[in-house]
Amino acid sequence: MKLTLNVWRQDGPGDSGRMVRYEMPDVNPDMSFLEMLDLLNEGLIEKGEEPVSFDHDCREGICGACGVMIDGRAHGPLPGTTTCQLHMRHYKDGDELTIEPWRSAAFPVVKDLVVDRAAFDRIIEAGGYVSVNTGSAPDANLTPVPKDVADNAFDAATCIGCGACVAQCPNGAAQLFTSAKVSHLGLLPQGQTERWRRVRHMVATMEDEAFGSCTNFTECEAACPKGISIDFIAQMNRDFVRARFRDPEADD
Amino acid sequence: MAWLVDFYRSPLAKKAVMAVTGVMLFGFVIGHMAGNAKMYLGAEVFNHYAEGLRTLGAPLLGHGQALWIARIGLLGAVLLHIWSAWQLTLLNRRARPTAYVRRDLINATYASRTMRWGGVIILLFVVYHLLHLTFGSVHPSFEQGNPYHNVVSGLQNPWVSAFYIVANLALAFHLYHGLWSMFQSLGWNHPSYKSARRIFASVFAVLVAAGNISFPLAVLAGIVK
Amino acid sequence: MELDAKIPSGPIHEKWDRHRFDMKLVNPANKRKFDVIVVGSGLAGASASATLAELGYNVKCFCFQDSPRRAHSIAAQGGINAAKNYQNDGDSVFRLFYDTVKGGDFRSREANVHRLAQVSVNIIDQAVAQGVPFAREYSGLLDNRSFGGAQVSRTFYARGQTGQQLLLGAYQALARQIGTGKVRMFPRTEMLDIVVIDGQARGIITRDLVTGKLERHAGDAVVLATGGYSNVFYLSTNAKGCNVTAVWRAARRGALFANPCYTQIHPTCIPASGDYQSKLTLMSESLRNDGRIWVPQKPGDDRVAGQIPEGERDYYLERRYPAFGNLVPRDVASRNAKNMVDEKRGVGPTKIGVYLDFKDAIGRDGKNAIEARYGNLFEMYERITGEDPYSAPMRIYPAPHYTMGGLWVDYNLMTNIPGLYAIGEANFSDHGANRLGASALMQGLADGYFVLPYTIGDHLARHLGEGLVSTDDAAFQAAEEGVHRRTERLLGIDGSRTVDSFHRELGRLCWENCGMSRNRAGLEAAVARIPELKEEFENDVKVLGSAESFNQSLEKAGRLEDFFELAELMCYDALERRESCGGHFREEHQTEDGEALRDDENFQYVAAWEFKGQGETPTLHKEPLEFEYVKPSQRSYK
Ligand SMILES: Cc1cc2nc3c(=O)[nH]c(=O)nc-3n(C[C@H](O)[C@H](O)[C@H](O)COP(=O)(O)OP(=O)(O)OC[C@H]3O[C@@H](n4cnc5c(N)ncnc54)[C@H](O)[C@@H]3O)c2cc1C
Ligand code: HEM
Ligand code: HEM
Ligand code: SF4
Ligand code: F3S
Ligand code: FES
Repeated sequence: MKLTLNVWRQDGPGDSGRMVRYEMPDVNPDMSFLEMLDLLNEGLIEKGEEPVSFDHDCREGICGACGVMIDGRAHGPLPGTTTCQLHMRHYKDGDELTIEPWRSAAFPVVKDLVVDRAAFDRIIEAGGYVSVNTGSAPDANLTPVPKDVADNAFDAATCIGCGACVAQCPNGAAQLFTSAKVSHLGLLPQGQTERWRRVRHMVATMEDEAFGSCTNFTECEAACPKGISIDFIAQMNRDFVRARFRDPEADD
Repeated sequence: MAWLVDFYRSPLAKKAVMAVTGVMLFGFVIGHMAGNAKMYLGAEVFNHYAEGLRTLGAPLLGHGQALWIARIGLLGAVLLHIWSAWQLTLLNRRARPTAYVRRDLINATYASRTMRWGGVIILLFVVYHLLHLTFGSVHPSFEQGNPYHNVVSGLQNPWVSAFYIVANLALAFHLYHGLWSMFQSLGWNHPSYKSARRIFASVFAVLVAAGNISFPLAVLAGIVK
Repeated sequence: MELDAKIPSGPIHEKWDRHRFDMKLVNPANKRKFDVIVVGSGLAGASASATLAELGYNVKCFCFQDSPRRAHSIAAQGGINAAKNYQNDGDSVFRLFYDTVKGGDFRSREANVHRLAQVSVNIIDQAVAQGVPFAREYSGLLDNRSFGGAQVSRTFYARGQTGQQLLLGAYQALARQIGTGKVRMFPRTEMLDIVVIDGQARGIITRDLVTGKLERHAGDAVVLATGGYSNVFYLSTNAKGCNVTAVWRAARRGALFANPCYTQIHPTCIPASGDYQSKLTLMSESLRNDGRIWVPQKPGDDRVAGQIPEGERDYYLERRYPAFGNLVPRDVASRNAKNMVDEKRGVGPTKIGVYLDFKDAIGRDGKNAIEARYGNLFEMYERITGEDPYSAPMRIYPAPHYTMGGLWVDYNLMTNIPGLYAIGEANFSDHGANRLGASALMQGLADGYFVLPYTIGDHLARHLGEGLVSTDDAAFQAAEEGVHRRTERLLGIDGSRTVDSFHRELGRLCWENCGMSRNRAGLEAAVARIPELKEEFENDVKVLGSAESFNQSLEKAGRLEDFFELAELMCYDALERRESCGGHFREEHQTEDGEALRDDENFQYVAAWEFKGQGETPTLHKEPLEFEYVKPSQRSYK
């Protein structure tokens, strides 16, 4: 099938960037979206033009590397789907697509469709862990975790850190990502000791990283390829207020 | 106190403040609507009610004192609500310096997208409304101490009524998202009532809109005169 | 060259404990005087970096992805083995050891495997304490399942995302150390050479993938945790970025490469749908529990599955292996699928695939039961192929999945270059000629959490007071210049073909001649053709852009160049190993029933290859293997 692509091209962080139009005369409906971009790039290279840079690795929806705005939606039109899992059979002959990078002050564009999501790592570094040194763990079955608690924590833990929530949020807020990690550990018994400290530090870092604030648009949940629920945002909000009173360090 | 200031620095805390002040404002709006409904019972009852507000708390408090306490509380809530909204709006603008060329929202309701402009309309309305019915400075035939007359004669002007209706529609939208959102902001999402949050917000948004809009309509229709 | 595996003496279950006691320790105050470089942030690299930092070493950790959390380990689905015996079904450290040695077709080191089984139990404890949400029973205790044909339930799992959850656990531990400053993380940074001074590993040369800047990093030890090389086949289940560069650069500096021909082909992957296919997706092996595998009896049958009557179908696994049927081990299932395709009985638009049919299972247990068991896999299949596996049979085909070969390491996980270590899939150590399901995650974490942090101390303790080598040293300079020249050369070729087109061609060549089954003629042809293809690449590849910027084509070109050299060695090794074992099936060496025929007398050794330079024949060093505790036997699945 024939497609027209409007792709954001930007040479580097300093460049102002522009949309460039490409005609794709022969796209196979069984291709994945990224394979379609591969095809575009093969053609560009053969013509002597620099290929479009985009992040990707696993191409099966788990590493969280891929992700672009397709016609104004993070990861494109299908719910629960990463860009790499989107297949071209969902488009029809003659469609025109607009492809842009994630837009967020916290995710500066590196090149073309590639952005820098290191801010997410810094949020995790601020407290998204259980402080247990290797070798000091007790036997795994010493602490039973009720199945529903474990399942709920798992639902939060499935976040792949792709950044679609930030990209899709009209406020550029990172609440869904941060709350997913806060809740994953905050729900489990293993994460209790540091629960209040963790939420304070992670939220503080999230706020330092130029993300926006949540006004409960729920766009993030709709765009999240892993269906992370905004319930976790509520839980983070609650924990954050409680932390003020529960964390002895909160006064420093 | 220092901790409060420090706490307030966080956007999460600002949201909590918005939610708490929003609830206070909501409480006022409901009470105010219930009070205003007395206009259906005639001038006497209505004026008596208005006067009653001023003697509230007597003999402990002097004439109008309770009302002033409430007013200060309300004013404080409004200021905090708006201030936080302003700061968060700025923050959110900065978080997305480059707009998308193409944008498609999936889930966001019309109400959620119009919180800011809706808030501004409400604010403009309240300012006008105070000048209109409390201070009377924009009221063509304001009579101190006769709110019934002020309301009825004021709302008989169809333009004024239209503005009241528009403002209350805006308020309804604001509440439709705000009342639901408030639960999220405060982290009240227990499964036992989670699904009721949307219902709660819808019911009260409709209720407030219906109640408040009924007044200008009733006046225009000549039911209240 | 003398290959000393440094296996401790004593009975097998005491070796590791004794060794830990015998090793030199670095006292806590001295640990902070050592800088360790860890390349890779997958399960092996992240766990090692975090643990070394906890111990007090200064760590620099590198990965080419934008975040350490995205390392390829994230994609592992099935689970992780551990000899916890929580199910009380007769598991033990010895049984896990036994199964792994046997599963590896008697081509692994007993001592290493036993240690792996021993520390497996600690891995689960560690992961749970970190908050890894393993599957649980209603009791709140951990759930297990049996995996890959094991007779005990020893596999811990986290839905279909075990690798993701374990990696997030290790990544969190790493993030904590980055937060404290003990680890400096270098994401989007690729290691392009290793610096060896006076025979010792002293540092690495990296390229910042964003700015293109080349950097020198000195370390008291260098750890490679850079994963496997399945992408030499171009199409594999591995992430697109997986590459052999780090390991191959080490090999070019003298590190021995062991058993390159041991590659694992996974039988249940979604077949390629066309030439544009960029990677293959694995479908869980558990599907074979209920699905029946078949092809049409007639070659070249073009009818759709539904129109082929029962009598004209060939359930070839059930026919050939009545006892195991569709549940024969990975290599057997894979090879048989290939035979069917070779006999022109393949199915689907490309004719490269076989059916995996759930019709009988749905008829027997109902659609709901099947959906409950495999719903997410069916959905994944439908998403990729656009076909509904409830109404028409799935199509599957084998795909390269894991590489047992890797850098040769001794019992301490050190390569033959002192100070250079290899852990995780990057080394050759524990799986012999075939890896059991759910054992790679176990090995990566065993190496990173529990083995390397001890053994590296023994090396460092001997070098206390030497201090870091200056990065102004001539060796650093020369290595950096070499890298620089190489990138300039790649950019200067300005030919006519894309990197991917060459990679596809190399992949096809390897797949056809050194894939599921191999024979002498094919391997000889490949060994001859690969250098030619490499030369074509060096004259005709087109890499645009500059070296001083983010340049994904340049990254790919560099990696492909290393794959060429590795591919040649892989075929060479396969040619040399004139027996069949595990994942390595030489058509000339099979039993009458077409099964793998080992030759223990002549080939019971680790083949450790020394790279001698481009165009030179590599030198083979043999490390003989001894089996004291598990006696070699012939596999049979009839
Ligand atoms: C689809 C799939 C499913 C699997 N399922 C299972 C399973 O259920 N159970 C199981 O036990 N095993 C499974 N495996 C195997 C297992 O996932 C891998 O063997 C294991 O995760 C490898 O871990 P690693 O740490 O050695 O390497 P990786 O996770 O591959 O990490 C490599 C790291 O090295 C870095 N790197 C590489 N080259 C360079 C360079 N030149 N410079 C800088 N950094 C570099 C990368 O950035 C990355 O951080 C599966 C594999 C696949 C493909
Ligand atoms: C009677 C008047 C008002 C009531 C009852 C009210 C109520 C609320 C409520 C309950 C919320 C939800 C808070 C949350 O999400 O936690 C809210 C949000 C908001 N209000 Fe109001 N409000 C009123 C007036 C105003 C005014 C005058 C403005 C601005 C000029 C305003 C601007 C906003 C904005 C922008 C939000 C969204 C902020 C966010 O979620 O970050 N509101 N309001
Ligand atoms: C159609 C609907 C409304 C009617 C008929 C109405 C009527 C009145 C009247 C008569 C007064 C004066 C009372 C007095 O001075 O004794 C008043 C005061 C006030 N109204 Fe309304 N009102 C309406 C809607 C609203 C709304 C929607 C808001 C807010 C969002 C609002 C906010 C106020 C405030 C803040 C005062 C001042 C109270 C005080 O401090 O005295 N009103 N209103
Ligand atoms: S919460 Fe969802 S959208 Fe956001 S980073 Fe995680 S997986 Fe991506
Ligand atoms: S879309 Fe944005 S506003 Fe909140 S609910 Fe999601 S972060
Ligand atoms: S490439 Fe890994 S999630 Fe898309």
